[in-house]
Amino acid sequence: MDAIQMNLLEQISGLHDVPEGAYNIRANGVSAARNTTAHIDIVSKEDVSGIDIMIKPGTKNESVHIPVVLSQAGLKEMVYNDFYVGDDCDVTIVAGCGIHNSGSADSQHDGIHRFFVGKNSRVKYVEKHYGAGEGTGERIMNPTTEVELSEGSYMEMETVQIKGVDSTVRVTKAKLKDKATLVVKEKIMTHGSQYAETNFVVDLDGADASTNVVSRSVAKDHSKQMFRSRINGNNACAGHTECDAIIMDQASVSAIPELTANHIDASLIHEAAIGKIAGEQLIKLMTLGLTEAEAEAQIVNGFLK
Amino acid sequence: MLELQNVSFDVKENQEQKGILKNISLKIDDRFVAITGPNGGGKSTLAKIIAGIEKPTSGRIIFDGRDITDMSITDRANMGISFAFQQPVRFKGITVKDLINLAAGKQISTACACEYLSEVGLCAKDYIGREVNASLSGGELKRIEIAMIIARGTKLSVFDEPEAGIDLWSFNNLIHVFEKLHEQVQGSIIIISHQERILNIADKIIVIAGGEVRDYGPKEDILPGLLGGMDNCKFYKGEH
Repeated sequence: MDAIQMNLLEQISGLHDVPEGAYNIRANGVSAARNTTAHIDIVSKEDVSGIDIMIKPGTKNESVHIPVVLSQAGLKEMVYNDFYVGDDCDVTIVAGCGIHNSGSADSQHDGIHRFFVGKNSRVKYVEKHYGAGEGTGERIMNPTTEVELSEGSYMEMETVQIKGVDSTVRVTKAKLKDKATLVVKEKIMTHGSQYAETNFVVDLDGADASTNVVSRSVAKDHSKQMFRSRINGNNACAGHTECDAIIMDQASVSAIPELTANHIDASLIHEAAIGKIAGEQLIKLMTLGLTEAEAEAQIVNGFLK
Repeated sequence: MLELQNVSFDVKENQEQKGILKNISLKIDDRFVAITGPNGGGKSTLAKIIAGIEKPTSGRIIFDGRDITDMSITDRANMGISFAFQQPVRFKGITVKDLINLAAGKQISTACACEYLSEVGLCAKDYIGREVNASLSGGELKRIEIAMIIARGTKLSVFDEPEAGIDLWSFNNLIHVFEKLHEQVQGSIIIISHQERILNIADKIIVIAGGEVRDYGPKEDILPGLLGGMDNCKFYKGEH
């Protein structure tokens, strides 16, 4: 990999070198490096572009890194990655995509990640998106995540898109069985004329299933954001969704939560708040000697931390 | 050190000019000056005018020999004015350590930050990494607010009712904080308060009511009159 690709890799995964454990690094549409372990196997799909990640039952404290970097302008790809997590696992999966576009043609990475999580397993899934490059071509990412959580399993999904992605439409669908839990923490910052849309659909099918979908975002300049979160309570379950957005400049943010209770013991809550930075927060930091711009940066950084 | 010259502050209410501060002239040179007086008398407005949060309708403010009337909040802060809010502000995602670093104007060690927190009676290890958000109580926020002022260590520190929202047990500690500040302070402290025990630490007391200075002098002269039942106000008789 070249310097640009290494920089993208560092931005999305914090990696300076190949990671420990299992990994598959995809660069400009091809697999650049791969490692499997005794418990985690990675196999290329034959019919479409993508990989199957198989995690054996009982695998604990292991990680899988599957970063994607694109530095070739105008490259468009569609990738299918399937994760089969056995019963009683405890694993961390780090995905992410970095696009460097220095050309005039759009670069686009669309990924469909499917998770089949076994009984009583815990999965932490981290996904960072980052764009760079001085070209006029757009950097586009459209991630779809489909999650099936078996009885007693737990998945925490942390998604971050802080900089440089011109257009993104994120779709996350999850189905939860008895006592399964899904926690989503989404962080988005858009600037310029970027557009970011996220759609969550969580079906709480099992008894005592629960979910917490939390989005924090900052929209600057002329950027636009759309947050949709739909939770269906089909059993005795608990669901909470929250959208907390800071709006700046001429940006626009929509939040559309939708709750449906199909069971008498379904308990569902949504909260949504959109507003500019509170004047008193700016004033407080200015009384500590910060300029208004410095105060604004501190508040935004803290909010998205 | 701080001088207000004919400072007035008006607001428009129902299309009528209403005077919040009326032609106030004051010189503050002492180490510890308390401002007291009935609610709505203009005390907090005066503090905000000193910090630059409000601009006076007329009059001048002189600090350390410089006219700061037209200076921004930031410039005044950097000249050495600190202001502890009556109602501290919450920040999502910003930690106590972050705020103390910003107050100190540099990255300080955790041990050092802990020292400031200990001074206001907070067990540092429980608080240093906490977010300054809705999970903190009003009393905790007030103490963090005071710790920030101590961390800044500026020439002039203005506290707007530091005792408001603090429980009795904490209040005793708060008194010790201000007694200590009184001993150590290199500059001046201006503290807006209704509490006799705070007024009792002050070198001088200013009484503000109806937007005007009603009284200004050494504590020994002013305090007995206040406790004697100014306006029959229970605050000053210690009954509240």
